[in-house]
Amino acid sequence: MFIHPEEILETLKMVNNEHLDIRTVTMGISLRGCCHPDMATFNSNVYDRILRCAEKLVRTTEEIQSLYGMPIINRRISVTPIAIVAESCQADDYCSVAETLDRAARETGIDFIGGFSALVQKGMTPGDLKLIESIPRALAITEKVCSSVNLASTKAGINMDAVALMGRIIRETARLTADRGAIGCAKLVVFANAPEDNPFMAGAFHGVGEPDCVINVGVSGPGVVNAAVRGLQGSPTLGDIAECIKKTAFKITRMGEMVGREVARRLDAQFGVLDLSLAPTPAVGDSVAAILEAMGLESCGTHGTTAALALLNDAVKKGGSMASSNVGGLSGAFIPVSEDEGMIRAVKRGSLSLDKLEAMTCVCSVGLDMVAVPGDTPAATLSAIIADEMAIGMINKKTTAVRIIPAPGTVVGDVVEFGGLLGSAPVMAVHNFSAETFIGRGGRIPAPIQALTN
Amino acid sequence: MSSSRFVITVIGLDRVGIVAGISRVMAEHGVNIADIRQTIMGDLFTMIMLAEVTSGEFGLPAFKEAMNSIGDDLGVKVIIQHEDVFRFMHRI
Repeated sequence: MFIHPEEILETLKMVNNEHLDIRTVTMGISLRGCCHPDMATFNSNVYDRILRCAEKLVRTTEEIQSLYGMPIINRRISVTPIAIVAESCQADDYCSVAETLDRAARETGIDFIGGFSALVQKGMTPGDLKLIESIPRALAITEKVCSSVNLASTKAGINMDAVALMGRIIRETARLTADRGAIGCAKLVVFANAPEDNPFMAGAFHGVGEPDCVINVGVSGPGVVNAAVRGLQGSPTLGDIAECIKKTAFKITRMGEMVGREVARRLDAQFGVLDLSLAPTPAVGDSVAAILEAMGLESCGTHGTTAALALLNDAVKKGGSMASSNVGGLSGAFIPVSEDEGMIRAVKRGSLSLDKLEAMTCVCSVGLDMVAVPGDTPAATLSAIIADEMAIGMINKKTTAVRIIPAPGTVVGDVVEFGGLLGSAPVMAVHNFSAETFIGRGGRIPAPIQALTN
Repeated sequence: MSSSRFVITVIGLDRVGIVAGISRVMAEHGVNIADIRQTIMGDLFTMIMLAEVTSGEFGLPAFKEAMNSIGDDLGVKVIIQHEDVFRFMHRI
């Protein structure tokens, strides 16, 4: 087959000028065989198991990166939710498990390890509660561990006791990592309808329905889509733009599929899913907000943004699902504020508010992601913000999440710096009217009826 | 890997000796040129080669290092990628 020079140059341009990359290669590892009542034995089982599976992960991804000339940005591991596998351990808290995960992550050379998690959408077991209460300290004493809690689902409703608890946990996590811009909160996410095969942190965990060891790949290229949309000649209609995004997403996805399969083959693991996402980075030109603005909005967050995002998200999924039969995870457009140079700019110039961001989450992947709010935001307000987002996910049968950072001592207008891929987050205003009584009621918001949809 | 063919792209300002220098290093590593063409991208000299590996002892890291080094000497950028990248990305 003849490879056209233009195709070669197009690929090079995507990688070198437009930030096309394989964002993550994530190895999912089941820890179900590691359970033991003795905490020390359990920890050593977990450590050995992770090392045995992921020993060659970093080296193999580096080889693939070199072979294809395609940058792989992050290597990650996700494990079975710790609340499940540690349930039988005799211990007051699970911080030692977090330390074990951290040590295994350092030893294998990966960037993040996810799975310090609990699934409590319908109720909590003692193990779930122990895990959640361990989160603030676990995230403060470790570097690479990420934590997630599923609080709601379309089938179970919203566990409002857990929502109330998580407001306090997030505040405590912020307090314990206050000296580092509350970075613990950047490694903690709460979900409605959490996907079990998601390669993106902080929400990655290895679901109980997953195989023993699996490779999931997250591929990303907002810069490529942005360049393609901006490169359209004449005055394209929104239909033309959707078509253009679709074709571009196809190419990006094919790349991910190829890399994922080759990594899985070499590591003798199953190939899981390709997460076809547009996940921004703080680099200039790698922004989802910039794509929305390329469609004709003066600034992201203004009226029309939700519609533009809906178009973008759907076109990405359509192009991607044609390119691969293994699409899964959290596919779609991500809108983490701190990680997107265009979103940061939109917040700073006042065009993007928390309320608009919430509306945008109805039509895209994830939800309120990497949003900084004032340090004195009450726990009940954090819980209420979470409850709103969980409700959107529950009613719309989609995944939504909240990763919010109440950085101690900050007020609206401040900027919280995280560095690296996590970027920097301008502190956004929250409503000052209290939701304390509402959140204090607890209980469960019942699952919605699935007929009579309107 | 379905084959051991690589696409080698050389980009930079035109000068005497680029093709000679690059192909010499390829020959030293037992890499055969299956196809070669030149095109202009902007005002840059761009050479695209389809290279075939014939030697069983071929090592990609060493080859890449040698090619980067000759690229530096000639003032051009050399990019080596397995051909599958292009096959997968643009075709159904």
